[in-house]
Amino acid sequence: MIIEMDGLVRSFRRRRGVEVRAVDGITLRVDAGEAVGYIGPNGAGKSTTIKMLTGILVPTAGRVRVCGLDPVRRRRELARRIGVVFGQRSQLWWDLPLRDSFELLRVIHGVSPSEFAVRCAEFVELLDMAPFLDTPVRQLSLGQRMRGEVTAALLHAPRLLVLDEPTIGLDLVSKERLRSFLAALNAAGRVTLLLTTHDLPDVERLCRRLVVVDRGRVLIDGPLDKLRRRFGVRRELVVDLEAPAPPLDGLPGVESVTVQADGLRQHLVFSTEVTTAAALIASVVRRVAVRDLAVAEPAIEDVVRRLYGREW
Amino acid sequence: MALGAQAGRTRRASGITAYRRLVGAAARSQLAYPASFALQCAGQAAAQTSELVTILVLFRHVRAMGGFDVRQVLVIYGIAGVSFGLADMIVGQLDSLPTYIRMGRLDALMLRPLGALGQICASEITLRRLGRSCTALAVLVVALSTVDIQWTVGRAVLVMLAPVAGTVILCSIWVVACSVCFWLVEGRELANSVTYGSSMFTAYPLGIFSSWLRRLMGFAVPGAFVAYFPTLALLGKPDPLGLPRWLQWSSPLVAVLSVLVAGAVWRTALRHYRGTGS
Repeated sequence: MIIEMDGLVRSFRRRRGVEVRAVDGITLRVDAGEAVGYIGPNGAGKSTTIKMLTGILVPTAGRVRVCGLDPVRRRRELARRIGVVFGQRSQLWWDLPLRDSFELLRVIHGVSPSEFAVRCAEFVELLDMAPFLDTPVRQLSLGQRMRGEVTAALLHAPRLLVLDEPTIGLDLVSKERLRSFLAALNAAGRVTLLLTTHDLPDVERLCRRLVVVDRGRVLIDGPLDKLRRRFGVRRELVVDLEAPAPPLDGLPGVESVTVQADGLRQHLVFSTEVTTAAALIASVVRRVAVRDLAVAEPAIEDVVRRLYGREW
Repeated sequence: MALGAQAGRTRRASGITAYRRLVGAAARSQLAYPASFALQCAGQAAAQTSELVTILVLFRHVRAMGGFDVRQVLVIYGIAGVSFGLADMIVGQLDSLPTYIRMGRLDALMLRPLGALGQICASEITLRRLGRSCTALAVLVVALSTVDIQWTVGRAVLVMLAPVAGTVILCSIWVVACSVCFWLVEGRELANSVTYGSSMFTAYPLGIFSSWLRRLMGFAVPGAFVAYFPTLALLGKPDPLGLPRWLQWSSPLVAVLSVLVAGAVWRTALRHYRGTGS
């Protein structure tokens, strides 16, 4: 068992003495080797949970164990066993070459030079970091830096890797490179993943299990494919037309149509179980003259909102 | 048991190596542009010199200050200056603690198997402050060679120990003052009034300050033990304020006590932070 949370509660006293329960009784078990997507809208309590898992915050009530340790009492010991990547907080040294940051973290975590050399070479190879290993971190692109951040979190071979919005702001190529690297690492049984994200493809690519939280509580906890089967995955096709047209009703697989600018722009929400984006686009262009179109991924908030009130 | 103790020792040793490497990294990035670094050192030296000029100008109008002549005051100034420069170098960047808290950098530090305070100090060590300490040290050496001192083994040890004890005391004051920032978001101004206030306070004879300031900055904040009391002990001079003689030799002890208090305050502050997550 890597993570155990039992009735975990964390409340904050806001101004005027109002108490807010950011985490309101979460019970969760994560086994070694799992890949768990921990998702929910902003303010759902994701970051607060992570801070309690890593020993930064003291729980108000309930019990938490990570790698068998009480995170608050044994923060430093735990830090040797877990790795954490915050999309918006760097673990690297801004003025130093990436290579030097890795070396400093090696010393901080007390990893032997030989072990470090093997692991570092592997990650440099897999994440293609050789071209910028000697560049100061402040000169790296976001994608390059995130590869560095992930490596930095893995150099001490943690049993658990916690990722908080790891792909935020990355371009598609960088996202995909990072995802396939993490997926391979997890598939090889080398690290357990806990991932928070607003990016649904991150979850789809990496996680076999999804935990949806809202208002500090677990709404849903189960295998991703079961969730997908139950609720389907909806996407949205946005079409800009050459001339205003009435709503494009009656197309196969389309569940709702929203019209903007007197019918110049239309949003078609469709289910990927019934149709594909390609088939839908084909039937749209048969009916009207299309200027431009885009397929939008459903935001995780929409999924959560749709899940709300339904039985799992 | 024995195994556990050994693991503890190994871990501590690797911790010390880690802090040393953090200091090394900070030094490398500060020394990356030697000319600019030299200028910054000179700036610090100039700041320290301006205080020296103030003292020398004052002594053109007065013969003694709080019962001390000019060379004796310069001994106080020298010990205080060396200590303050070193303390500022080691813990001065704790002033940016509010930024650490606001930007989440403190959280990031707590994800590593090292103490947060040690990490901040080690990775933000400000080497240009050596300019200040070196200037003060030069003045101290000159002043010590011109004043009348009956050198004994005790005084020889004290003259080495005093700047160290002074540095430790000022570092402790700094840590306690900056811990305020965990409770007050804008606590920095308050902290600075104590830290930079101590720079001025410790460089002069205690007798020139009003009695409430003596109590506050000399004893509650133990500024009198940084340079004033050790100087009296070196000079073999009875305290012009009539304070007991044993106080003059107590700076090293006060330094140890300060560290204990500062450590306790910092731990309490960090516990508060982890309890509130503000």
